[in-house]
Amino acid sequence: MNWDAWIPLLVIASSLLPGLIIFFLAEDRKRLRTTLNLAGALVKLALVCWMLWGVYHEHHYETRLTLLPDLELVLRAGPLSLLFLTLSTILWLVTTVYAIGYLEDSPHRSRFFGFFSLCVTATVGVALSGNLITFLLFYELLTLSTYPLVVHRGTEVARRAGQSYLVHTIFGGALLLLGTVWLYTLTGTLEFTPRGFLNDLGEEHRPALVIIFALLIAGLGVKAALVPLHGWLPQAMVAPAPVSALLHAVAVVKAGAFGIVRVIYDVFGVDFAAGLGVTEPLAWLAATTIIYGSLRALFQDDLKRRLAFSTISQVSYITLGVAIAGPIATIGGVVHLVHQGLMKITLFFCAGNLAETLGIHKVSEMSGVGRRMPWTMTAFTIGAFGMIGAPPVAGFISKWYLGLGALEAGQEWVIFVLAGSSLLNAAYFLPILHRAWFQEPQDAWPEEHHFGNKETAWALLLPPLVTALMALGMGMLASAPFSPLGWAQFISQREFYRP
Amino acid sequence: MSAAFLFALVGVGLFSLGLYALIVHAHLLRKILAINVMGSGVFLVLVALAKRTGESQPDAVPHALVITGIVVAVSATALALTLMLKLTAETGRAELPEDQGK
Amino acid sequence: MGALLSEISWGVVLILLPLAGGIACFLFPRAAKVLGLVSVFAVLLSVSGLGWNIKVNGIYRHAIGGWNAPLGIDLYADGLSLLMLAATALVGFGISVYSADYFEREDAARFWPIWLLLLAALNALFLSADVFNLYVTLELMGLAAVALAALAGGRDALGGAMRYLLASLLGSLAYLFGVALLYHGFGSMDIAMLAVRVEASPAVWAALGLMSVGLLLKTALFPLHFWLPPAHASAPAPVSALLSALVVKGSFYILLRLWLEIFGPLGGGVDTLFGLLGTGAILWGSLQALRQTRLKLLVAYSTVAQIGYFFISFPLAASAGVTAWSAAAYLVLSHALAKAAMFLATGNVLRFGGHDRIADLDRVVQRLPLTACAFALAGVSIMGLPPSGGFVGKWLLLQAALTQDRWDLVSVIILGGVLAAGYVFKVIGHAFTLADISHESREVPAKMEWAALLLAFGAILLGFLASPVLSLVGIGVPFGVSEVSP
Repeated sequence: MNWDAWIPLLVIASSLLPGLIIFFLAEDRKRLRTTLNLAGALVKLALVCWMLWGVYHEHHYETRLTLLPDLELVLRAGPLSLLFLTLSTILWLVTTVYAIGYLEDSPHRSRFFGFFSLCVTATVGVALSGNLITFLLFYELLTLSTYPLVVHRGTEVARRAGQSYLVHTIFGGALLLLGTVWLYTLTGTLEFTPRGFLNDLGEEHRPALVIIFALLIAGLGVKAALVPLHGWLPQAMVAPAPVSALLHAVAVVKAGAFGIVRVIYDVFGVDFAAGLGVTEPLAWLAATTIIYGSLRALFQDDLKRRLAFSTISQVSYITLGVAIAGPIATIGGVVHLVHQGLMKITLFFCAGNLAETLGIHKVSEMSGVGRRMPWTMTAFTIGAFGMIGAPPVAGFISKWYLGLGALEAGQEWVIFVLAGSSLLNAAYFLPILHRAWFQEPQDAWPEEHHFGNKETAWALLLPPLVTALMALGMGMLASAPFSPLGWAQFISQREFYRP
Repeated sequence: MSAAFLFALVGVGLFSLGLYALIVHAHLLRKILAINVMGSGVFLVLVALAKRTGESQPDAVPHALVITGIVVAVSATALALTLMLKLTAETGRAELPEDQGK
Repeated sequence: MGALLSEISWGVVLILLPLAGGIACFLFPRAAKVLGLVSVFAVLLSVSGLGWNIKVNGIYRHAIGGWNAPLGIDLYADGLSLLMLAATALVGFGISVYSADYFEREDAARFWPIWLLLLAALNALFLSADVFNLYVTLELMGLAAVALAALAGGRDALGGAMRYLLASLLGSLAYLFGVALLYHGFGSMDIAMLAVRVEASPAVWAALGLMSVGLLLKTALFPLHFWLPPAHASAPAPVSALLSALVVKGSFYILLRLWLEIFGPLGGGVDTLFGLLGTGAILWGSLQALRQTRLKLLVAYSTVAQIGYFFISFPLAASAGVTAWSAAAYLVLSHALAKAAMFLATGNVLRFGGHDRIADLDRVVQRLPLTACAFALAGVSIMGLPPSGGFVGKWLLLQAALTQDRWDLVSVIILGGVLAAGYVFKVIGHAFTLADISHESREVPAKMEWAALLLAFGAILLGFLASPVLSLVGIGVPFGVSEVSP
């Protein structure tokens, strides 16, 4: 065993170990806890950079441990893994900083950060999984480690949100398990393979494969919040802001969407899936979700709820991109995995800042808030424009490639979905921006806290600014080497052009 | 009908009789006695069937087994009686708590 | 060293050691705790010795006193016996560490001798090679278990124990009746010999019926489970753990052995019936667990449900033998660890808060984070979520069911997991509410919290040990020859 085989395991350990230690820390060991959190996040980032460099130079990073007779736990750093891994690692670092600022002096911090680290461990594991059973393992771990975060506040509403989350995810997990075992009894392997591993399977298995596809997508669709499995997501926004950021941008919905990408590319293979006739219904389902989420978002006065419905809509762009089953749409879908993450986390950070600093929870309370918190609202504005798809923010790139891809694949109807959704995005984001920048402030904010002469605490302000800048940078420098777009093109090539 | 077979049939009868009594009687002493009757039935079957078809001498092994079985039965009965006494001291009646309401 | 290890007849040691320890505890009640702990630890070491021996030399066989079957008594151990012995020793050790702090002086003097007697009976049971010996050990195990269940005293415990005793005696007698019929038909008590000689006949069917009913009654398979919840729920926590984790497995082991060696090859519809009862157990037990308002009863009904899973293997074994039986073995092992941890955690909650009403658990669970964690980890295995021993078992079971298109069983397995999640989270949810701090608490010793946590952790760890454990279980080919793997 050489060093390369250990690095994926170390990436997992870099958040698992700090998490486990943090559980045992007393509440007042704040400095040690912060050090552990940040050290874990930085070590992970360093390891991921190392692997990025290595994969670019054709190194293979793969850990294999025996799990069951004939089945192994496989952690492998392929291009698709690295895309998601890098995203979650960077955003974990940012979210950790934010969470430290946000949870200042609130109770149960050791418990919170312990589960927070476990949650990231699970996400990283999902990203690195080299076969379906490893994916399943980390996917379930993600369910278990996010439940305590959702109910963290301990109120009756939080408890009900947690219950709804559990009912959805346990149910989804059961379907995913069933699909996975069934697939295994047919094929005898679960190893993710570019272009899928089902090509040799006989014609007589096709009906079974269609059902398996439906089971897997339903299991993953729960976390990816595909309509009608999305019910838990708007409720879960009662969780603290860093958790919402994590749920919506880094971990949970992303793990679901990433899983869908994996299933279509590396289990079934795009061509095979399209041949089965399962991608088109999925594309329609994704399109429905996009429109439905946007419509519901229009009518929410609660800011976080509006953002939650927006997530439901936006995450399905990823599913739509891969379900169109063409190389260019693939680029759009895969790159949106990163872009949506950055933009949505920015928006949730900002919503958290408004709530923490001024006690604002509703859109109707936001009049004139741009003058009181200009930096926060600048970040918010960038994120919102990105969501609408306005250039030069990253969201534009996603939509551009999705549209081109749809045309290339001869699925013109997608253009209408994209246009409709962009209009709706504008319809629910622009009024917020107008209200924040151009309306007179009210007499008093609902619950104002002062942070010297700054608009809010540094730890709360820096993270959204950083993520907003990154979203902007990824839009403007999309063609630069190592950009998410570049990786997405690389992934698409691997799936479509390599023999 | 050979004598051995007749004994075995009587054993089966005792077993069934004991089972019936175990189910219908609420008093614990009767239940314990019923278990003992069932045990005797089984032992009778064991001893009777020791004379296997086609052999002139009865097999000694089941006899040894029955002796072991009796020892086990005696200790089980002792434990059952002790428990019954304790339960009676606790509740005032020699019946299972859920039968007492009836 | 190696030579010495193979010289010693570990099987004999495994029976005599706890027996001697038990007698010593009885004679020196003041030192019972120390003597008990030392004995159980020694048993743990001896099981390792036996395991090493089996791994090197294959099947272990020992004729006691040099007398061979049919007159003498043979001890026999293959991979399956070893698995049961190891589970007993490991779980037994965890529970012993817990009990050392749980029982005060007077209770301790009663607990340790009986528990060591139970341990001797269990070890002898797993080492027995003939059906009559199995009867004796089964009866010994039953009597010791009843005595333990009565330990708490009081109406509930005594009533539960009495009911348990009657059910247990009835079960053993039915089993013994079957033994008599088998001996009459085939002139042997030795399982291996019976396996060769047995052929279908009315007497054999009658024997199968009687022995199955007797053993199912003792294993508490639905609908013969009526005695289990009151007995398990009213006993002291470590005793509930012993009963749920180990004692019901004793009678299940006998049934499994008889089935594998003697009755399985005969065919007939009995396996279907077992499957149906297992299904009933999973659904009924889980629904009852969901309905309970008392934590201990919830855990006890969860045992009823989990026992059902063991019996799902029977109808699947006909054409996927090795997978189905490996699943059952793995489920038995992980259930032993997880359920022991759950009962011990429940004991901590009871000790701390003085009650086990689920609705008022918040204050208690939140101030015992290690205990809550133990319960949660054990719950992961019970629900069958990865990574855990329970997951491995369910995965294998699902695999066996899917290769035969047994959709009825597949849906039961999946549904049982979902229901289990329901009752586990009904408890876990209380760890995250806003509870007032109150003063009703009583200290819980750290050892008691850690014993529960480590057992639960063991159940999780099993999720990564499937390969070595299953290869160990395969020694002596207890499950027959492997079918073609998918």
